[in-house]
Amino acid sequence: MMPRPDIAAWRARAPRAFAPPLARRLLAWSTGTAVLFGTLAALLWLDMTPQRILNGLSELLRVALLMLPPSPGERPMELVWAMLETLAMAFAGTFIAALLAVPLGFLAARNVLPLGPLRFGLRRFLDVLRGVDQLIWALIFVRAVGLGPLAGVLSIIVTDTGTLAKLYSESLENADRREIEGVRATGAGGVQTARFGLLPQALPLMLSHALYIFESNVRSSTILGIVGAGGIGFQLSDRIRALRWEEAAFIILMILVMVAVIDSISGALRRRLLASGR
Amino acid sequence: MTAGAAVAAAEQNFRLLRAERARRSALALLLLGILFVLSAWVSELSPAKLAAGLPRIGDYAERTLPVLRLSHLGEDLAEWFWDLGHWLQLLAETVVMAYVATLLATLGALAGCFLAARGLTPSPLAALIIRRGFEFARAVPELVFALLFIYAFGLGAMAGVLAVALHSLGAQGKLFAEAAEAARRAPMEGVLAAGGNWLQAMRFGILPQVLPVFASFTLWRFEINVRNSAIIGFVGAGGIGEALYTAVRLLHYEDVSALLILLVLTVALIDQLCARLRHALIGRESAR
Repeated sequence: MMPRPDIAAWRARAPRAFAPPLARRLLAWSTGTAVLFGTLAALLWLDMTPQRILNGLSELLRVALLMLPPSPGERPMELVWAMLETLAMAFAGTFIAALLAVPLGFLAARNVLPLGPLRFGLRRFLDVLRGVDQLIWALIFVRAVGLGPLAGVLSIIVTDTGTLAKLYSESLENADRREIEGVRATGAGGVQTARFGLLPQALPLMLSHALYIFESNVRSSTILGIVGAGGIGFQLSDRIRALRWEEAAFIILMILVMVAVIDSISGALRRRLLASGR
Repeated sequence: MTAGAAVAAAEQNFRLLRAERARRSALALLLLGILFVLSAWVSELSPAKLAAGLPRIGDYAERTLPVLRLSHLGEDLAEWFWDLGHWLQLLAETVVMAYVATLLATLGALAGCFLAARGLTPSPLAALIIRRGFEFARAVPELVFALLFIYAFGLGAMAGVLAVALHSLGAQGKLFAEAAEAARRAPMEGVLAAGGNWLQAMRFGILPQVLPVFASFTLWRFEINVRNSAIIGFVGAGGIGEALYTAVRLLHYEDVSALLILLVLTVALIDQLCARLRHALIGRESAR
């Protein structure tokens, strides 16, 4: 049998192997305490007391029970139409954004447009489009063009032209230089080089980005209706405000199913695209 | 077969392949076109409506621009940002909401991720249930949770925090569990072989490997949660979104632009800070 190691002796010989130095331990403890107190202060500021949380949870449980069983209500066709509207908003918005982003993406790519300042300005402009949330654009567009899906489509176009142009320009910049130079060496002009040297490399990636943005827009367009920009979100907030919980639960389930279906279709398409591009 | 015939046959084959490909591309384009026309019809996107709407958007944008005269720049700015103190307080509340939501979600994800990770979990059934739970939390938008929570917890920041936290929990739980699955198993097996229990194996075998990844995910999620906390106020769940909603609804045009500028600046500042922290974390990790 092995002799038992003398832990006390080893602790005396190599204290660092058992614990970090005192200064480090003090620092860790004081940071931890500061974070704890900061968090408690934050909870107090937001008025998140245990009492309120417990009351809310019991209320939530009551609502959850009221949601069973989910029911489509008296006008199921209204919900189906609202769902179609949601999908249509996402598709039309992404389609237009994907087209508008093509010239912008080419202009923002370093290997296409060598003019630094112009590219810098364009990129900052795209950043601003993306920097303001889609729902904020939707809220503003509802005020400008009125209630309805048009405001939702416009908000998708504005934010995702920015996102897609950025993604496109990155796909273009990642293209292999040798293929571009090969095409240029045959005497091709600028446009022909872009068409035959650059585009075939970047196109599958660009299409896959557009599909990905479509997926994300299907998710986000379900809530655009909450600010009045059309689609299923309007029906949902309407049911919740009227306290018709079974119908609200049904709509939430509809959203989950639709998002899952669109994700799997779009995911399969994207895998095929990326495989064909390779 | 002569060489010329072989070339001709190859060219013929190439032409056929190209024609086939062109046919398929045309078909795909046609399908896309039909889908677009249908969806444009359903979403009321018509040239007439656009022609009527776009000038109104231009008009709206123009009205949000304040009058700024160079000679009275200070006074004009003060008038534009007339409620700055209140707005800054709301922005701070938004960031605090995002902080608390991220903290709650991170704690929940930490507690659940090892149970949900394939190959680490002591109970495959628990793993399945937790993973489904994360999926559900991730799939329901935070604004929908907020609508429900406002009813249960009352109007105000608490409903918003919990809504953002729940959605965030779904996203972080999934990422954490995937990171834990990808960790090397040898340290865990070492702890188990030395007589440690499952909890100790996770704490000393897996956690040290994934902690930097977790920290980086959490910082990234905090940035997202700041954005989400800013819009959660649209349904009355606290933060700067409430002021923005009121300004848009009541047609206080100049307030809208002032609030948007403040919001974009705050988000950019938070992003910068988090990016610095993340780089510091990664730098320390790779220096080791």
